[in-house]
Amino acid sequence: MSTLALAVRDSSTMLRRNLLHARRYPSLTLNLLLTPVMLLLLFVYIFGDVMSTGIGGTDRSDYIAYIVPGILMMTIGSTVIGTAVSVATDMNEGIIARFRTMAIHRGSVLIGHVLGSVLQCVMSVLLVGAVALAIGFRSTHATALDWIAAFGLLTLFALALTWIAVGMGLASPNAEAAANSAQPLILLPLISSAFIPADTMPGWFQPIAEYQPFTPAIETLRGLLLGTETGHNGWLALAWCLGLTALGYLWSAATFNSDPK
Amino acid sequence: MTDPAIAAHGLRKSYGDKVVLDGIDLAAGEGTVFSLLGPNGAGKTTAVKILSTLISPDPASGEIRVGGHDLATTPQAVRAAIGVTGQFSAVDGLITGEENMLLMADLHHLPKREGRRVAAELLERFDLTEAAKKPASTYSGGMKRRLDIAMTLVGSPRIIFLDEPTTGLDPRSRHTMWQIIRELVSDGVTVFLTTQYLEEADELADRIAVLSDGRIAAEGTAEELKRLIPGGHVRLRFTDPAAYHSAASALPEATRNDEALALQIPSDGSQRELRSLLDRLDTAGIEADELTVHTPDLDDVFFALTGSTNVPAQPNQPNQPKETAR
Repeated sequence: MSTLALAVRDSSTMLRRNLLHARRYPSLTLNLLLTPVMLLLLFVYIFGDVMSTGIGGTDRSDYIAYIVPGILMMTIGSTVIGTAVSVATDMNEGIIARFRTMAIHRGSVLIGHVLGSVLQCVMSVLLVGAVALAIGFRSTHATALDWIAAFGLLTLFALALTWIAVGMGLASPNAEAAANSAQPLILLPLISSAFIPADTMPGWFQPIAEYQPFTPAIETLRGLLLGTETGHNGWLALAWCLGLTALGYLWSAATFNSDPK
Repeated sequence: MTDPAIAAHGLRKSYGDKVVLDGIDLAAGEGTVFSLLGPNGAGKTTAVKILSTLISPDPASGEIRVGGHDLATTPQAVRAAIGVTGQFSAVDGLITGEENMLLMADLHHLPKREGRRVAAELLERFDLTEAAKKPASTYSGGMKRRLDIAMTLVGSPRIIFLDEPTTGLDPRSRHTMWQIIRELVSDGVTVFLTTQYLEEADELADRIAVLSDGRIAAEGTAEELKRLIPGGHVRLRFTDPAAYHSAASALPEATRNDEALALQIPSDGSQRELRSLLDRLDTAGIEADELTVHTPDLDDVFFALTGSTNVPAQPNQPNQPKETAR
């Protein structure tokens, strides 16, 4: 069997294993969805009118349009916390030692986790997207091509954060530590343009808010779904996604290939 | 002579300043059971981890070949030849026993039908058919260990590493495991077994290496190892110090243990020797509170060899005095 065929076959076996875990124990994934959904409802129904005035809208429906792209990106950040936790848990299981002593494709364990995590992110985004639709979110502008690009952006962002989360999971001694080290992935959206425009933040803070990975991704998604101005954010988002993917991949591969503790 | 299934020369491993394996040589013939015997922390698990490609040996180690393949240059070929059952169960607790087996079949690239057949057969053989649909995390210790071995056997490995396979098992499960190991060997499989139980090594192993503080203290068959130490002894225990002292002077050849008020008299345990000892005690008017006959077993070897850091493994040396026989 060629290396590529071996990689595809073993990775798909590992993916099936991870999906089986996710299907049998869905509570972790579902719990992680609570944060973005609660924040969505809180900001729309409780703070909505004030927030709407803040962004120059008339009522809370304007704010729904503003907040949903951010909430979708946040959903990805939240879902991959679960990835970091499940990777850390998995690495403490004896079965990983077994995999390492088998003549299987070396990277298949991680690839299985990554593919599983990206699929879970897509599912989560669809679920949260459905909630957004239910409370009145409508894309006013997007063409079919925009939808495809939006889907591609969400998937790419999921891939990037997943590799980072896998690295965090591998570097953590246990599940609790993994959950802690992955916290920034759900906190970063709070200091992005997800809830309020970056230019309404204090001047010294604006560069941080504007150039962290979430803001360009959120702005690009907004542009695709609502036709707002994206400027250089599309390229910035792409660069962040590719950069984080490469970084997370190299980090994960180095950690996984070093001798286990 | 054909290549031994496992051959390691000058196997070394240290973590920082701590030397875990200090240049050990190992050789296990094909179709035999080789047992690495040693107390906790002797380096048994580290040796298994290295030989099974899980961790790498120190660069200063000599050549290591497993299944005829060089460990350093062709680890994937080694992996294809071996099966490993570690000390901590290597099963996926979140999925069922059957799913664990099918996972192994998939990773060994068996066709679907054959995978299912092999899984069902092994579950049956290890008495797990009834529990096959339950999550492995709900299994008892013995069941997990059986599932673990069953998973190891999916790829029909020619060399199997078993790292303390019976630690923590009840006596019945332990005997089941021994039976499993014997069956494996009768199929021509080479078994590399680590254990801290002397009885187990004595029972199963063709060759035994005693590992102590990262060095091989002795190696040979169980018989050869037992020959390393002199014959057995009779142990007399007293509660009355006066009786103890008079016995000690009546039996000058005895090894004294003043704290325990016990004497050890070298003896092969034969009826004739026992009678002569009892006669001498009677003549001196001494009555011991307890008399035990101790024949040499691997325990003696074990304690003699691993008792202190540099016990010379020379035959016919006086036995090391020790507190307990078992």
